Amino acid sequence: MTQEPIGSPEIYRLQVNGESHDVQDAWLGESLLYVLRERLGLPGSKGACEQGECGSCTVLLDGAAVCACLVMAASATDADIVTVEGLAPDAALTDVQAAFLDEGAVQCGFCTPGLIVAVHHLLEHNPEPSTLETREALSGNICRCTGYGRIFAAVDAVVASRADQAAR
Amino acid sequence: MTEASAPPAATATATETVTALRPGVLGTNAARPDGVPKVQGRFAFANDLWAENMLWGATLRSPHPYARIRSVDVTGAWKIAGVEAIVTAEDVPGQPTYGLIRQDQHVFASGYVRFRGEPVAAVAADHPETCRRALEAIVVDYEVLTPLTDPEEAIAGTREPIHPDGNLIRHQRILCGDPEATGPIVVEGTYEMGMQDQAFLGPEAALAVPDDDGAGLELYIATQWLHEDRKQVAACLGLPEERVRLVLGGVGGAFGAREDISLQVHCSLLALRTGRPIKMQYGREESFYGHVHRHPAKIWMRHSASAAGEIIKIEARMVFDGGAYASTSPAVLINGVTHAQGPYRCANAIVDGYATRTNNPPCGAMRGFGVVQACFAHEGQMDKLAAAAGLTPVEVRLRNAMRTGDPLITGQPVDSVAPVERCIRETDALPMPPDLASDADVLSLPGGTGRTADRGHVVRGVGYGVAIKNLMYSEAFDDYSTARCQLNDGVVTLKFATAEVGQGFLMLAQQIARTILGVDDVMLDTIDTQIGSSGSTSASRQTWMSGGAVDAACRKVRELLFEAVADRYGLPALQLAIEGTDVVDTIGTLRVPVGEASMGLRLDETVEYRHRPTEDLDENGQGNCHVAFAFVAHRAVVDVDPELGLVKVVQIATAQDVGRALNPLSVAGQIEGGIAQGLGLAVMEEIVVTDGMVRNASFTDYLLPTTLDAPTVVFSLIEEPDPQAPLGAKGVGEPPCISVTPAIAAAIRDATGRDIRRVPVRPQDICLA
Repeated sequence: MTQEPIGSPEIYRLQVNGESHDVQDAWLGESLLYVLRERLGLPGSKGACEQGECGSCTVLLDGAAVCACLVMAASATDADIVTVEGLAPDAALTDVQAAFLDEGAVQCGFCTPGLIVAVHHLLEHNPEPSTLETREALSGNICRCTGYGRIFAAVDAVVASRADQAAR
Repeated sequence: MTEASAPPAATATATETVTALRPGVLGTNAARPDGVPKVQGRFAFANDLWAENMLWGATLRSPHPYARIRSVDVTGAWKIAGVEAIVTAEDVPGQPTYGLIRQDQHVFASGYVRFRGEPVAAVAADHPETCRRALEAIVVDYEVLTPLTDPEEAIAGTREPIHPDGNLIRHQRILCGDPEATGPIVVEGTYEMGMQDQAFLGPEAALAVPDDDGAGLELYIATQWLHEDRKQVAACLGLPEERVRLVLGGVGGAFGAREDISLQVHCSLLALRTGRPIKMQYGREESFYGHVHRHPAKIWMRHSASAAGEIIKIEARMVFDGGAYASTSPAVLINGVTHAQGPYRCANAIVDGYATRTNNPPCGAMRGFGVVQACFAHEGQMDKLAAAAGLTPVEVRLRNAMRTGDPLITGQPVDSVAPVERCIRETDALPMPPDLASDADVLSLPGGTGRTADRGHVVRGVGYGVAIKNLMYSEAFDDYSTARCQLNDGVVTLKFATAEVGQGFLMLAQQIARTILGVDDVMLDTIDTQIGSSGSTSASRQTWMSGGAVDAACRKVRELLFEAVADRYGLPALQLAIEGTDVVDTIGTLRVPVGEASMGLRLDETVEYRHRPTEDLDENGQGNCHVAFAFVAHRAVVDVDPELGLVKVVQIATAQDVGRALNPLSVAGQIEGGIAQGLGLAVMEEIVVTDGMVRNASFTDYLLPTTLDAPTVVFSLIEEPDPQAPLGAKGVGEPPCISVTPAIAAAIRDATGRDIRRVPVRPQDICLA
């Protein structure tokens, strides 16, 4: 049984949304999700399952969409991390965020940040996904409120508007 | 890609309405005021809150479904650096028990634990990991007892009471008409439903901040009903209610699971103990243990009918397992028995319902609240009746469909608008999905990513379900909602305690104010207990109740505005009206913008809205116990691989009686979301409990519908405004998830010819049937 304080004297550094953050006095067992939320003031990534099943904590780690709850924070020191807070400058909305609002894809909103990151990731790698490709790409993001219909509509709207802009 | 979008008919209706109206008023797809922060990740959910000098709280839970506590030794936990408080049953300063209807559950187990996961102690410490270690170091000496897990044993009275209140939470009988009535057709069946979890995404969370004098606190909490929480928390803390102030923390979904107390008292107690802010949040496993679930049920039904398939009598025996504590079981049971007939005419009935107490997980409110179970049974019966009478599933339902004014088996006339026939006909008229292509992608086959189904084995089936659902609370409950409206210099500010849990009430409140008062800017005050209760965000009641309160408060302010304008211009106030954003003289020429007309005024009205009173049921289950009703029909199309027992729900068609669509896009969201939950109950979701132990308390093992499981949804909104409803609108939250489950089960029966009596339908229920 430990009598020691839980924090570690080790300091490590994370690159999040283009900024460098020193993490100190942290327990080295902390997940990236915990450190983002509780130490770096970035609570946009949500935790709902702690086992990589729900996607609420989806962030980009060197461009890959990962569940922050499954990443040890202290092991992510060399990665470029992007969270939902880093997708657009303050107060601005990305086209995906705007489409989620226009199409009614937001209810309680707990899954929303993870889904927004996942949709950005999907469309960056596959600008015109088929119905099944969209469904497969988002199948790791659980939404309990919407039944997904409005979320699919939001993805469709972004695909259409990006294609429209590209054609001009 | 249009697979999941609304049908052209519904979209067209929505668009036409929208273009004719001023943006943001009732009837438009007004934007949610919480939308932008939610997509940006800036919206503060309860577990996003943080306070200076904050500690973390955590709960120790029983590993046994039934045991006597010999002793609790916390000395080991106190030796861990960073532990600041440890509390057990003996530290509860006020009332030791709580509960929504009956206060039968201890804040911390005292003497006995009655379910796996019952709280025994709580700790506060500097870090969640310290909390975890402290909980591990608490030694509880249990004398393990044999759990009571069979509801029939609870009814039979063959076991010693597991609780001072006994093993039967409630029994209710309904006797209606002639118990000897019979007919040439008699069909019967037994139907079972597993335990479903609400599985909201945002786990339970709170932040408790003690007052400086230590004699009160502020609790930021994700809940469905602030005032009810306050009542129970204050009682358990032994504090006057005014020293316990609750503020709504952002709520990540609810679906009934936040109606009961979970961590509210624990968190508050730790804050008072330490004099420091305490944050508590459950992980997913703890969330499964920390809230009530949908009642598993076993229902026997027998229908007697004429040769033409007209129902003459229903008999039913309904058993709802309430688990260890009462929660809302008494009310869930009443919903079950009073909805046994479904949306069909029936003159004679004998129904017996039991809510049992066992050592299984406690059950209580979940979207549909007792009606989901009843509907699964009566819809299974309707298909049996159809087969016996030589009718199609649609014909038998049309033949028996309830109409406005028909009596329920409780004797209560259904005086809500009852467009049951329209629901059925419009559902049936919606387009069917295309056939499954011979070269269909494996992802669209039953089993999906498992890639195991063979296209050649897949068979398709179609099934129907129709439901009636009561709206608001029942049985003489004095239900009300409070709202305050202020109009100052053209800006409206609304205040209410209505829990926004994701359903969109904030948006609706703004729509009401814009419509009634002709303003565009509507500010929303903090949702807290600094105003009267708004009641619970449950029972499809907030659009009616809190919508009614906001509507009434805005109308009162509008009267004051008209009086002020009338004074100023020497006109009779009765001649004035709001047109767009102007006050206008309906006879003369005066036209003043509301902003200008209200300049310098301080108009302020608070209103309590009540629905009409309801009655208790008598011993024969007779009485006007419900307020109002809504109706819905569903058609399910499924693909099944009968050999593997795998199911893919292809399409759900539905027509829903909404009264009036106040925000069509939001209604679509409720419909699609409810359908997904009903689909989950039909083929995926079950808390598996054996010997009182939960076997799958995680999102890995409790299967929720994903994007790949979501069916195409086509729908039609039936808008026949209800004259009783303040805005003409019926609650739309619950109906979508009710009859979709039996429709899917019926479609599986249709596809396979196999007898499906239980949901969720598991592979073995199909391939071994």
